[in-house]
Amino acid sequence: MSVPADPAAAPVPEGRLPRRAAILGGNRTPFARAGGRYAEASAQDLLVAAIDGLVARFGLAGEQLGEVVAGAVLKHSRDLNLTREAVLSTALSPRTPTYDVAQACGTGLEAAVLLANKIALGQVESGIAGGTDSASDAPIAVDDGLRRVLLALQRARTPQQRLAALSRFRPRQVVPATPRVTEPRTGLSMGEHAARTALQWHVSREDQDLLALESHRHLAEAYERGFFDDLLTPYLGLRRDDNLRPDTSLEKLAKLRPVFGRDEEGPATMTAGNSTPLTDGAAVVLLASDAWAAEHRLDVLAHLVDAQTAAVDHVRAGEGLLTAPVFAVPELLRRNGWTFDDLDLVEIHEAFASTVLATTAAWEDEEFCRTRLGLDGALGTIDRKKLNVVGSSLATGHPFAATGARILASTAKLLAERGGGRALISICAAGGQGIAALVEAP
Amino acid sequence: MSAPVDAYARLVRQGPGAALARRLGAPRPTALRRWEAGADLLTGPALVLGIGAAPLAADVSRWLAAAGARLADAEAATDDRFGAVVLDASAVRTTADLAAVREPLAPAFRRLAANGRVLVLGALVADTTTVEAAAVQQALEGLVRTLGKEARAGATVNLLRVGEGAGEALRGPLEFLASARSAFVSGQVLEVGPARGGDAARASAGPRTAVVTGAAQGIGAAVAEVLARSGTHVVCVDLAAQGEQLARVANRVGGSALHLDITAASAPAALAEHLLRRHGGADVVVHNAGITRDRSFVNLDEAGWASVLEVNLRAPLRLTEGLLAREGALRPQARVVQLSSINGIAGAKGQANYAASKAGVIGMVRALDARLAASGGAASAVAPGFVETAMTARMPLLPREVGRRASSLQQGGLPVDVAEAVAFLAGPAAAGISGQVLRVCGQNLLGA
Ligand SMILES: NC(=O)c1ccc[n+]([C@@H]2O[C@H](COP(=O)([O-])OP(=O)(O)OC[C@H]3O[C@@H](n4cnc5c(N)ncnc54)[C@H](O)[C@@H]3O)[C@@H](O)[C@H]2O)c1
Repeated sequence: MSVPADPAAAPVPEGRLPRRAAILGGNRTPFARAGGRYAEASAQDLLVAAIDGLVARFGLAGEQLGEVVAGAVLKHSRDLNLTREAVLSTALSPRTPTYDVAQACGTGLEAAVLLANKIALGQVESGIAGGTDSASDAPIAVDDGLRRVLLALQRARTPQQRLAALSRFRPRQVVPATPRVTEPRTGLSMGEHAARTALQWHVSREDQDLLALESHRHLAEAYERGFFDDLLTPYLGLRRDDNLRPDTSLEKLAKLRPVFGRDEEGPATMTAGNSTPLTDGAAVVLLASDAWAAEHRLDVLAHLVDAQTAAVDHVRAGEGLLTAPVFAVPELLRRNGWTFDDLDLVEIHEAFASTVLATTAAWEDEEFCRTRLGLDGALGTIDRKKLNVVGSSLATGHPFAATGARILASTAKLLAERGGGRALISICAAGGQGIAALVEAP
Repeated sequence: MSAPVDAYARLVRQGPGAALARRLGAPRPTALRRWEAGADLLTGPALVLGIGAAPLAADVSRWLAAAGARLADAEAATDDRFGAVVLDASAVRTTADLAAVREPLAPAFRRLAANGRVLVLGALVADTTTVEAAAVQQALEGLVRTLGKEARAGATVNLLRVGEGAGEALRGPLEFLASARSAFVSGQVLEVGPARGGDAARASAGPRTAVVTGAAQGIGAAVAEVLARSGTHVVCVDLAAQGEQLARVANRVGGSALHLDITAASAPAALAEHLLRRHGGADVVVHNAGITRDRSFVNLDEAGWASVLEVNLRAPLRLTEGLLAREGALRPQARVVQLSSINGIAGAKGQANYAASKAGVIGMVRALDARLAASGGAASAVAPGFVETAMTARMPLLPREVGRRASSLQQGGLPVDVAEAVAFLAGPAAAGISGQVLRVCGQNLLGA
């Protein structure tokens, strides 16, 4: 683990940062399974839609905000200025500056943390943070051999040089290299990695299916009670996440064939039902200082208290690829003097049901917590009644960079609805990384 | 600008289509002149005529000139066509006075320009003291409605009944009916009284915040746009399912979008809370959201009957109650404008539910107006005729074609025509107008 935990350092809960950034609300497109409703929309189109919906909700047309921070995981080379180009297509003032962020599935939350920190330091008063991804409109790279041929061709000055370059061309090079969700250093897909972690923590198929079922049930209930009416704006005729299966059941989920972990020694438990599908969508949150919120007559839903990233060594040490939050969370809690008992809501991103279950299992394991997290005993048990109460990625789908802003906006609204409380958000990301944040009602 | 969807109107406007239509005596609708930023009030000089003492004529001339109109001299030997003819008949009290109307008005009416305006100013029948005076003032209505039908080339004819002490309050309605903003208003009667509430502050400021329900498309979207033209922040309300279009409208007009089903039990409190917290109250509420479920009365099932009453009548009643109940949700001098329909006035085959709801809201604004008066506010209704929107595009071909042509202007209106009337009634220009129903129907033959 890489979190520099210094047990001697006293927790400094309040006033560690100059001021806390306020979360005023959010907006997202409904999420669509890849190749579906948004097949023709680009990541930029999706981001524009998410921002414009937010602008409309908060009456920000023509406003110049402090900045807009966003990113995409599947990014075209032409999108080097993705967020800026998106903002120029929205109703915001073109004088709103932007920058792009990338941290795999942590992008959306990391973008919010960066913006919140600038707000905390008084460098900006307001801004929008989030992310977008289109697996349908994913960049297709040319084969690396062909790319070299083309580059050599471009450098060639004489006909001979051109011929020489072309002679290196091979017909098989025209097959494009499509992006895969595989880890460059292990060659394993994320699912295969997660399957290994699931085995390591003895996560059962039944528990995974149950978590998936709860995700769908919670999301469906939230839609029914209008929870998303002010968190979501329909896009291209889609009004709800089309991955949502309100009528799914344990029986249906149990029938699905395992798709990951079939080459492992041990039961293969991960199916299409308890893993997230490739998804298209975008999500954003509106952050500001309390003063800006008051000036604009906007209610503060919650404050972003603190955040922590972590990374594991999944390459040499064989640590679980998606287990970095296991390390980030205890450090984050310690630094703020919070325990699991202080939490009213817990959001653990459901990359796979097994990821959530392996994470909570690690925190319940005394031995692991003592030896790996440097704690006196188990970190504790997450009360399932507080976990992902309006559903999470298994039901909504997971457009990588959008997930952080989706979770942050929902969490802030849940806290505002309860009229108080504290929440933890934990998101795992590719490359063995993770990010966690604490949120508190005002 | 012409109605883009009305292919017939385009066909007969010029070329061989026009010649054929002329030979057959078929209707040849004129492209109506509509509001444009910076355009002149009128298309030609204004002629102001008076009968007897004509106590309003001098003010009217002054106001028109101030609004940029050139004043015409009836005697002058030019063949200028008049952009507007205003006849002050407010002092007409006897049949002899009435007889004197023809002589100046007929030649002026003949010289009316395309898209010209005729405005007759009468007295409030209630202000008259003799039976004869009441009769001749009522007679003006028959005259105006007939001239509306005889007017050509997009010209309109309307009657303003001016109450005693109306004073400056006449100015707004006069300008509205003289302008291109009233393109689809003809054959109508409006009563003007003294301005309600301390109008001075409001007159200069205009409304700050307005709510428009059903703002995602059609008439509601146009209302949002016209209200925003004068700097009003418009809270655009529609169903969450309409959110994509709603966001586009809200951002275009620099307003905000609120996803709300107006029939939800929680809607009145939610709207009141939103207005109070986000805007410190609203100055204008436009109840525009509406639905149709057409069926002959005997074939109408419970759901078809109830759902239309629920959206069109019960929801505006409950929303208004909710806003009135919450201190500060409506600012002093607030205006409520309700969308009715000429089918609510005249009834329409297959629309028992709709007509009942749209008649119901007329009753609502009359009663509500009395309540709002206490704080200087007012309630009014606008009753559109045939307007080119998604609602009317769903009509079967024949009734749709009949609906378009069965008016003096021989065409359907555009959403902006209704929106102009709504914005007028919601704004400072209508300080002297309350509790009334303004038809925006091109003088449709229905329920006239
Ligand atoms: N189009 C015409 O010719 C005509 C004529 C007379 C009167 N009207 C009236 O004008 C008004 C607007 O008509 P239009 O033609 O623009 O209609 P439209 O159907 O184009 O738009 C109506 C809007 O109201 C919204 N709405 C419906 N139910 C709602 C609810 N429960 N909560 C929130 N929003 C809801 C719809 O989503 C839609 O966006 C209606 O009241 C209609 O009865 C129209």
